[in-house]
Amino acid sequence: MALLTIRNLTVEFATASGAFRAVDSVDVDIDRGEILAIVGESGSGKSVSMLATMGLLPWTATITAERMEFDGTDLRSLSGPARRRLIGKDIAMIFQEPMSSLNPCFTVGFQIREALKQHLDLDKKGRQARAVELFEMVGIPDPERRLKAFPHQLSGGMNQRVMIAMAIACKPRLLIADEPTTALDVTIQAQILDLLTDLQKETGMALILITHDMGVVAETAERVAVQYAGQKVEDQPVTDLFARPHHPYTAALLAALPERATERRLPTIPGVVPGQHDKPVGCLFSPRCKFADERCRQVPPPVQPPAIGFARCHYPLNVPAEVETA
Amino acid sequence: MNAPVVIAEDLGRDYEVGGGMFSRPQTVRAVAGASFTLAPGKTLAIVGESGCGKSTLARMITLIEEPTSGRLTIDGIEATPDRWAELRTHVQIVFQDPYGSLNLRQRVGAILEEPLKINRRDMSAKERQEKAREMMRLVGLREEHYDRYPHMFSGGQRQRIAVARALMLEPKLLVLDEPVSALDLSIQSQILNLLIDLQERLQLAYLFISHDLSVVKHIADDVVVMYLGRPVEAGPKDEVFAAPRHPYTKALLSATPSADPALRKQRIKLQGELPSPLAVPPGCPFAPRCWKTQEKCRAERPWLEGEPHPAACFFPEN
Repeated sequence: MALLTIRNLTVEFATASGAFRAVDSVDVDIDRGEILAIVGESGSGKSVSMLATMGLLPWTATITAERMEFDGTDLRSLSGPARRRLIGKDIAMIFQEPMSSLNPCFTVGFQIREALKQHLDLDKKGRQARAVELFEMVGIPDPERRLKAFPHQLSGGMNQRVMIAMAIACKPRLLIADEPTTALDVTIQAQILDLLTDLQKETGMALILITHDMGVVAETAERVAVQYAGQKVEDQPVTDLFARPHHPYTAALLAALPERATERRLPTIPGVVPGQHDKPVGCLFSPRCKFADERCRQVPPPVQPPAIGFARCHYPLNVPAEVETA
Repeated sequence: MNAPVVIAEDLGRDYEVGGGMFSRPQTVRAVAGASFTLAPGKTLAIVGESGCGKSTLARMITLIEEPTSGRLTIDGIEATPDRWAELRTHVQIVFQDPYGSLNLRQRVGAILEEPLKINRRDMSAKERQEKAREMMRLVGLREEHYDRYPHMFSGGQRQRIAVARALMLEPKLLVLDEPVSALDLSIQSQILNLLIDLQERLQLAYLFISHDLSVVKHIADDVVVMYLGRPVEAGPKDEVFAAPRHPYTKALLSATPSADPALRKQRIKLQGELPSPLAVPPGCPFAPRCWKTQEKCRAERPWLEGEPHPAACFFPEN
């Protein structure tokens, strides 16, 4: 059974100019010990769908889903206290900006011990010992001294390690990392990504990696979900996605990577992501798609079978010969 | 061969920090020993991690910041502060964040005409408008955008406006400070194509500052790799990427994720982090993190030298 199952998740925000659908019928499945990457450009709803799972969205958001289960627990009907027991213990999250997600008024040691106090049955000594152990796990040298440091006394890479240590403090079964390395330099990024994958292998937790960097996806993920304008448009194992993308958006995105370029001029995707008021009736990608025809513009596309990577498209690309399109 | 637009010789910039009633100020060497030449129609990329002095270098080339040592020649004229005013029209800059670099209270037309108002006093309003519209066509904006405000545009289009503004005075050199890092992938390729087109058409020289090596690999002709304010390797793009000589360049290349899942290469794991610029190690600045460090590296500072392209290392690769 999957660890996290989400069916038909929709998130709408009440704004001054009407309801805005940030996430549009998204399905997520992740098994124990799996690394799933969710990729998409800004505004594709990749962070919002995960924040909805964590229950961290503000009251202006309306969340609807057919199913939303974590290891047999229905997340939709969970009471406040029950949710707080689950979040931060079994499901943990790391955010993009380590500097702004830590509290500047307290030492990092205090903040990590606070998480332990909330969720685990440890005495003061035990918490301190566990904090030191965690800092060693994430590769922070001289942990006893660093525990007494304030966030501003540490570098971005170190702060991100503190965030990771805090997230794995209670041995979560699912770790959601929202752009964990975007604010960091490449050599530090490599260290953090190695750390996350090593921890994932050691503890057997599932890892959801939210990112916009195709390089990071290719190097770390096992399975990839591509989101566009709030919808999931494709879901495939990583090697297949890079070799045979089925949705035209995925194909265009991969072609736009400078390192895949064969000529001096890069292939581009014309236009921009549709906003709140100019959402097309049919396929959301149709105004920018070079294969789009009348049917694409009028009829919302079906989700294709797993063999075609769940592509949300009328005319998926690279369809294997024996498979029928929906 | 055209005469180079920029010649930088041993450029350096120090800052004094701290200090107070009882403490002496300390000196930070933000940039030291930067030398390069840049010819028209060519792109020189400066790469390095945060804090390596890329942006300080950009500010010196753009004549915002005065170098504390070395010589800078722009378009054959030595750039000393008394000649900055006339040289500044030759050098323009495009900043990283198109949301922060445009005045939200000005219409696109006014943004584009402002440089002309200041530097071409004799130009009539009609000529200015004509020129602004022409520039908008050149960078792929539509005529009707002339009267709109920046908030009505997407990030990619704002970056087009920033590029158009930089080109209004017909500069010879464009300094691009991370011009695509704030943009989404599908927009990034549009802006890179625009830059390539403009360079071919106007024979612009680009100083391209970036930390994204895949973008640099695509757009640059020459590359300078910087570490802690010092250039550690310089050379033609193909040579530097194919056969890096400095261990730091090698580590940087190996750390850059490649968008090919079949190619899970062995990363060189660098230990530790960038030392503080206040306490640069006396020898090679990279020595504390390098895997080839020997006694000599900690004691003496290596200089940019060697064949086929210079690298500041006593024990270079290849």
